[in-house]
Amino acid sequence: MLAVRNVADLKKGESAVIKSFSDRAMSLKLLEMGCLPGCEVRLDAVAPFGDPICVRVGGCYCLSLRRNEAASIVVE
Amino acid sequence: MRSTSYKIALIGNPNSGKSSLFNQLTGLRQKTGNFPGVTVDKKSGIMRFASIPEAVAVPTEPEITTDRPPSPVTPSEAILIDLPGIYSIYPKSRDEQVVMDILANPRHPDYPDAVIVVADASNLQRNLLLFTEIADLGLPTVLALNMLDVADSMNLRVNAVQLAMQLHVPVVKINARTGEGTELLRDAVQRASTISLPQSAYFMDPSEEHEALIEETKKAFGLENNYLAMQYVCQHEAFTFLDPSQRTQLDNLVASHGFDKTDFLAYETITRYERLRPLVQKAVTIVGESDQPAWTRRLDKILLHPFWGYVAFLGVLLVIFQAVFAWAQYPMDWLDLATAQAIEWTKNTLPAGVLNDLLTDGLMAGIGGVIIFIPQIAFLFGLVGLLEESGYMARVMVIMDKLMRKFGLNGRSVVPLISGVACAVPAIMTTRSINNAYERLLTILVTPLMSCSARLPIYTILIALVVPDETVLGVLNLQGLVLLGLYLLGLVGALASAWLFSLFIPRREPSYFILEMPTYKLPRWSHLGIMMFDSVKSFVLEAGKIIIAISIVLWVLASYGPGDSMEQASEQALSSLTENVSPEAREATVASARLESSYAGHFGRFIEPAIRPLGYDWKIGIALITSFAAREVFVGTMSTIYSIGGDASEDAVTIRQRLQKERNPRTGGPMYTPAVSFSLLMFYVFAMMCMSTLAVVYRETHGWKWPLVQLFYTMGLAYLSAWITYQLLS
Repeated sequence: MLAVRNVADLKKGESAVIKSFSDRAMSLKLLEMGCLPGCEVRLDAVAPFGDPICVRVGGCYCLSLRRNEAASIVVE
Repeated sequence: MRSTSYKIALIGNPNSGKSSLFNQLTGLRQKTGNFPGVTVDKKSGIMRFASIPEAVAVPTEPEITTDRPPSPVTPSEAILIDLPGIYSIYPKSRDEQVVMDILANPRHPDYPDAVIVVADASNLQRNLLLFTEIADLGLPTVLALNMLDVADSMNLRVNAVQLAMQLHVPVVKINARTGEGTELLRDAVQRASTISLPQSAYFMDPSEEHEALIEETKKAFGLENNYLAMQYVCQHEAFTFLDPSQRTQLDNLVASHGFDKTDFLAYETITRYERLRPLVQKAVTIVGESDQPAWTRRLDKILLHPFWGYVAFLGVLLVIFQAVFAWAQYPMDWLDLATAQAIEWTKNTLPAGVLNDLLTDGLMAGIGGVIIFIPQIAFLFGLVGLLEESGYMARVMVIMDKLMRKFGLNGRSVVPLISGVACAVPAIMTTRSINNAYERLLTILVTPLMSCSARLPIYTILIALVVPDETVLGVLNLQGLVLLGLYLLGLVGALASAWLFSLFIPRREPSYFILEMPTYKLPRWSHLGIMMFDSVKSFVLEAGKIIIAISIVLWVLASYGPGDSMEQASEQALSSLTENVSPEAREATVASARLESSYAGHFGRFIEPAIRPLGYDWKIGIALITSFAAREVFVGTMSTIYSIGGDASEDAVTIRQRLQKERNPRTGGPMYTPAVSFSLLMFYVFAMMCMSTLAVVYRETHGWKWPLVQLFYTMGLAYLSAWITYQLLS
């Protein structure tokens, strides 16, 4: 597949594996909170009005972040 | 032998159960203060150790030489310091900076002798990231494994012995909610003080990649630890203990080695995780499919639902307000009555005179005005604490983020705004968790518009005067509904002001919102109890001091006047009366004439022209002036003013009854008409009459600019809305 997909593109309930980050400053925060390349993420819930979203990281905890922030997480 | 100079720092991720553990280890032996030099709240407490005979506690083997000489005696207790919850030692907000400011500076008064790192066992790999960073700083560390029950429900089994062997530190399994394992933890911490282990190998040694830079930094600052030297390189901007020349020196070092901090941090974090992964895989056995507990997922389906999520949130708010108005009313009525009876008893028992008057009308009336708040403050802090403890507050932030962004705020602004309902001072302090400076400033500016508990007595009394105590729609109390309306008005005012400010204040940095969603938990009632007790205690001690002082000053101002003007006034009043007036009416007329010619009366008269358009007289004027320092003084002042000379009428014991009896000298009707009462309500919804809030805003924004902006815009808003209300209703 040619198009680069990110976490914000996921459908509710869909899973994917983190590949890399497209924003350096954001990647530091996400790494510290446990979003690692190779980790599985699943779009769990979407807040009212479509933003922010909640993703399950590595099957063990839930992170809430805005759509534009989720867009910096590139998935395979 | 006691050695309370022994200090232990408590460190852990947010939501790892750190504050529960702090409460378990210290109980009520806690105190709140500030870390020296910064405005971050510091919670510390005494942690007692089980007494171990000296002979057993002192190690028999020859001492191992280390940087840190082991303390010569076994401490019997230690000071436990609760540090802000962090994900790594690299700070993301102002609050978090304090952690490294202490840990990187051995001369800091709070520099710990040992560290307890609390880790959430259900998310071990991420929690251990912080642990490895702390351990690499060379601090004696004990790992407390918490939330094993949650891990268990997620089909994870953690082997603590395996973990201890691999990490080379004591690992203790605890349950911070029940207190299980805390005795073992105390022993492990006590032992860490006497047996000092040599620095084990670095988990990640920064000189692997940056040897020359580390060596030069260590030499320049006399450091021994490679990882600590790296912190000087990365975080020197934020270290308060370095002077400008030292910072420049470090800037030069960074520049001459072409060091890129962001690259290093990404490399460091990924390396640490890579090394942790096999270790965690050995220590944790997965016995089934791991996922968040089912009830957390089920609850989130409802509470994050586009429609039901908001219904639930509104429901929670409605319950809070109805509860605070309806439930807190009973203890408040008792306190009100008890104060009135205590005053009457003292008045009749002690010999009459100036001292009796000062004690009863001045001091006791003032104290009564303070303690009447206790039920409501306890209720509000308890309920807000309940929302935080249960994990629901994080969901509120999520469902409110998009809405808050429209007003230039952040989902995290919800916590200060909701806490503002209890008191603006702690609420403004919670804005430090908003990592965006711009959104933080807006939140600070508008938080005082949220109706705090100090306004509640004013609302309560005035609503009770003009709104009938009726039930509408079957269950809702009409007075409670009006109260809810006032709170909503404050909220609308806050959001609208934030939006207006966002038009004028330029935004400098982009906003972000990354938040961990904790699993739902049943709150620990003892934990909530400690929190309620703490908030009431600090209110009674801090606000109480001001209120009582002002009450006494006020009594003096109301009881004395310039020269002999008060005597003249009373004689004039007597001579103007006809013979057939009852003694009670005679006394009341004299008292009112005396008050009018007192110093307080002069003050009130002086500002009367300015407040006449709002429907207020000089008596209300006095209360407005005194409540300028703290709005809770309003009710205290009212009771002082109306109790002077009012003691002749036996039935008017409570402040509400006194206000009901008050007549407007111009019309002869009641003074507190709906127009005047609602005008006063509007005034107090918006007016920022609280010295403590101004002081805390000054402290948080580092200058007088923002507190003054805040003071003027809120007072303008208050005057305007009170004026419109009075003109419409009268």
